[in-house]
Amino acid sequence: MLKLARYLKKYLKEVIIGPLFKLTEAVFELIVPLVMAKIIDVGIKNADKPYILKMGGVMVLLGVVGLCCALVCQYLASKASQGIGTDLRNDVFAKISSLSYSKLDKFGSASLVNRIISDVNQLQLAVAMLIRLVVRVPFLIIGATVMAFSINAKLAVIFVVIIPLVALSLYLVMSRSVPYYKRIQKNLDGISGIVRENLNGVRVIRAFSGQEREMERFGKAANTLMRENIRVGRISAVLNPVCYVILNFAIIAILYFGGQRVYDGSVSQGDIIALVNYMTQISLALVVFANLVVIFTKAGASAARVNEIFDETPDIADGEGASEVEGAPAIEFRNVYFDYGNNGEYELSDLSFSIAKGETIGIIGSTGSGKSTLINLIPRFYDAAMGDVLVDGVNVKEYKLEELRKKIGVVPQKSSLFSGTVAENLTIGNENASEDVLKKAVRIAQAEDIIERMPKGFDTFIAEGGRNLSGGQRQRLTIARALVCEPQILILDDSSSALDYVTDLNLRKAIKEETDNMTVLIVSQRAAAIKSADRIIVLDEGRIAAIGKHEELLKTSDVYIEICKSQEVLN
Amino acid sequence: MNKKTLKRLLSYVKPYTPLAVLAFILAAVGVSLTLTAPIIIGKAVDCAVGVGEVDFAKMMNYIIILVFVVLGTALANWALGFVMNKISHGTVRDIRTQAFAKFSRLPLSYIDHTPKGDTMSVIISDIDSISDGIIQGFTQLFTGIATIIGTLIFMFGINVKIALVCVCITPLSLFVASWISRHSYKMFSEQSEVRGELGGYVNEIISGQKTVQAFSFQKRSAEKFGEINQRLYKCGVKAQFLSALTNPSTRFVNGIVYAAVGITGAFTVVNGALTVGFLSTFLAYANQYTKPFNEISGVITELQAAFAGAERVFALLDEKEEEPDNALPSLEDCDGTVSVENVFFSYDKNIPLIEDFNLNVSPGQRVAIVGPTGCGKTTLINLLMRFYDVDKGRIVVSGKDITEITRDSLRSSYGMVLQETWLFKGTIRENIAYGADNPTDEEIIEAAKTAYAHSFIKRLPQGYDTIISDDDENISQGQKQLLCIARVMLIKPRMLILDEATSSIDTMTEIRVQKAFNKIMNGRTSFVIAHRLSTIKEADAILVMKSGKVIEIGTHDELLAKKGFYYELYNSQYKQA
Repeated sequence: MLKLARYLKKYLKEVIIGPLFKLTEAVFELIVPLVMAKIIDVGIKNADKPYILKMGGVMVLLGVVGLCCALVCQYLASKASQGIGTDLRNDVFAKISSLSYSKLDKFGSASLVNRIISDVNQLQLAVAMLIRLVVRVPFLIIGATVMAFSINAKLAVIFVVIIPLVALSLYLVMSRSVPYYKRIQKNLDGISGIVRENLNGVRVIRAFSGQEREMERFGKAANTLMRENIRVGRISAVLNPVCYVILNFAIIAILYFGGQRVYDGSVSQGDIIALVNYMTQISLALVVFANLVVIFTKAGASAARVNEIFDETPDIADGEGASEVEGAPAIEFRNVYFDYGNNGEYELSDLSFSIAKGETIGIIGSTGSGKSTLINLIPRFYDAAMGDVLVDGVNVKEYKLEELRKKIGVVPQKSSLFSGTVAENLTIGNENASEDVLKKAVRIAQAEDIIERMPKGFDTFIAEGGRNLSGGQRQRLTIARALVCEPQILILDDSSSALDYVTDLNLRKAIKEETDNMTVLIVSQRAAAIKSADRIIVLDEGRIAAIGKHEELLKTSDVYIEICKSQEVLN
Repeated sequence: MNKKTLKRLLSYVKPYTPLAVLAFILAAVGVSLTLTAPIIIGKAVDCAVGVGEVDFAKMMNYIIILVFVVLGTALANWALGFVMNKISHGTVRDIRTQAFAKFSRLPLSYIDHTPKGDTMSVIISDIDSISDGIIQGFTQLFTGIATIIGTLIFMFGINVKIALVCVCITPLSLFVASWISRHSYKMFSEQSEVRGELGGYVNEIISGQKTVQAFSFQKRSAEKFGEINQRLYKCGVKAQFLSALTNPSTRFVNGIVYAAVGITGAFTVVNGALTVGFLSTFLAYANQYTKPFNEISGVITELQAAFAGAERVFALLDEKEEEPDNALPSLEDCDGTVSVENVFFSYDKNIPLIEDFNLNVSPGQRVAIVGPTGCGKTTLINLLMRFYDVDKGRIVVSGKDITEITRDSLRSSYGMVLQETWLFKGTIRENIAYGADNPTDEEIIEAAKTAYAHSFIKRLPQGYDTIISDDDENISQGQKQLLCIARVMLIKPRMLILDEATSSIDTMTEIRVQKAFNKIMNGRTSFVIAHRLSTIKEADAILVMKSGKVIEIGTHDELLAKKGFYYELYNSQYKQA
């Protein structure tokens, strides 16, 4: 949690002044029992009614000033805690945007969303409590003890004995419940995960009549969550009663020992009432303290989860920035190896090739041969384990990421669109694109008719994930989106799979004719889609099986011949 | 806060009635014991009047009683916490399971048209807010009210005048609390609205994070996020400040009550109508009496948030479900005939899609559906599987109208593989076994082998026990598809639907998978959607669809001879780019 303390800095003023005002209120609260003791010992004893009234007035006045102080403190606390929450959310969001693909995979999006929303809320609450109560509560406890000493040092010893006892029981209960909070949060993540899976896979689940099974799975998760919650509740339910017993036994001790002192005259009856009052005040403060500890332990767990995000060293970070080397090839791989870091087996081994500017390259190979992995290395979505990837003659690690990715337009296998208008979706990579650029991109992507048929053209609203579009429509729009960036390198990662052949053919033709000197990489399963490429890279189990033109490969590469045969491209 | 919502919430506590009654008793015992303590303390104080005037024997008596009272209070409170905990988490579990069960009965049209983030937040966070706000809130409300009533009784029992002073000042507390809650409620609902907006945005951007990064969209998405976040800050500060007014204000009212009791009490003592000990009891009561007001007003804000959550949960629970089909017979011994008779369907009443569609498929026939993107191929599958109901006309399977048999039995007579894969977080074994009834390991491996998935599974570090999920990057899209195919191979359905089932698989594997399909499809009716016309050449009938209508129908050779739309489509595939 300390790591996040830096967020307090900006609100130092609030964090310091807020508690000061709260302190003033607490001081006034502590004076009240003293005033009451005076009323009893002086006012009642002497039957002095004006004195009683005067002291009563003092109590009211203390209340009014206390209220004003408290209001100032609450205002400062709201401002600081909400401010810090806002800053934190912004930073976490920015940090997530800088995480590499492999880190994103590691966290999973459900967990990231939970962290940025609920965990930050928890921290926000903790900050508010920090300002409002953290100073007040110990102060009330210590203050009440000091006041007790001022009344009678010997009776006040009871206070000194009691407070550590309460603290100890607090510690015991808390230390046992903290691990549960972490587990509970994890369980909650699990439940979110199941709901998400069910939302995404609703068709498959119903096709397999899996609803019962899913309900059972969900029921199990919900049960586990309940059990953990009840378990931790069982532990924390002990806390308040134990504190209550300790404090009331302290009051009993005050009565017992106090009675003897009243007898020998070293303590008055009013003093005893004041002491009992202070003890009650401590007990109230301790209840708040216990709640505070719960809030802070939860916040601690949240802080750890937020810090996990912050602590991710950006394994893929901006380079120094570089400018391209004149005359260098558009893309070059030098002895590149890659693994996803799970089983020591390389996904890609020893890839070396270079692609000239303006070339169209087809990449083909069987499922799992590493085609997508290969192209993911070019915009640095992942870093190679060994070897170098160069774009325009410069190692990709030397570019600033944005600089590098601006050069490259990627159309992924899974096309994801965002909620917003068509125009907003198309311009996410190039917000200043002119209408001409937009129209041209749409034309090349064979998406003109989609836009035409839409009720509001470019201003038509697309629902989250493009749900109101068909797979083919989504795919063509994602292709247009990449083209709007006017990239030097266009990568189509098997991204015309939902297109029919005529559309696919027209698309490839348009790309060739309407873009000049764009380097194009087409990953495909279909030999027909890549056979007219300038060169074809044939991948087999993560290695390059052959590189060359269609005709050459038909003579030299067995793997390629087999692929073509299987697709009847040869007849 | 409306009564209906409250009533409905309480209905969820019903199964826990014995526990709730127990809680009620425990709370009553706890409260009355808590209230007895100050009286005994007061009496004990009265035993020590001054120098030389202390009645030790009497005091000892009181102290012993006090010990028992304190222990009793603690025990009752502990048990109350324990019981409430059970009730509250049990109820939440029940509501949550019910909401989820509801979800699985909702029609696809609802699910397709509701943002996923909304459904997520209903099942996760809104239900949590019910547990935090309402259940816990009610405990406090209940003990609070019990304390107030109890204190009043005790106070009136000791001295009517002082008690009246307390009662007169109380409305002030209520007034302040209601003023605050009225104003903060408005801010709270505004805050939760903005928070929802923020949540939706985060959900979308984070799930699409890879795309965001590919297009260097981070800065602009951060700007948009920052803008919503800033709005959240503004109403957050207001909402929090307003709700934070509650404590100091009620504390202030407490102070006034305390002072008033102090003054009138002191006067009464001076007049001799009260002992100092009882004054101390009164003072303790003054604190105890106003404290529940604090808590109640604090609880009210939480309750408001919770009620808003509960209403959203209930809205989900009240969504129109798919027509129940428990009473319908299930489809048995499906023979594989399918006929589509004069079917009309559209998602949006203004945009007609499928009109007067007719199709007859005899058992064992292989029907291929081709046509340009958006022609309604996938919609046809939505109708066959009864994900959507037809607007007009009917679909008959094995001689039975599909609206007259259970959905489950209809759907399980089909095996479906879609282009978009779906795997859940679990082992590969579990993923393949999905849909089958306790298959043996041999059967699972056999299915994986038929789907040509066995060899890559074996290469994974934990083989069939490797845990995978849908956004897993360690296995490729094609491999995921093979797993989905293995899933269908395992259940050997009577009819098959393959919607671009092999689009991410390389052609060599595809041919092998195709052969395997042919083997299991033998004698089974199948519907195949594919762009690669080569894969459907051998189909018994090819439907060529365009704009929701079948424009050509026939075998490959017949359609080629016809030189129509199919002919063009086919030739375009083999033309050089």
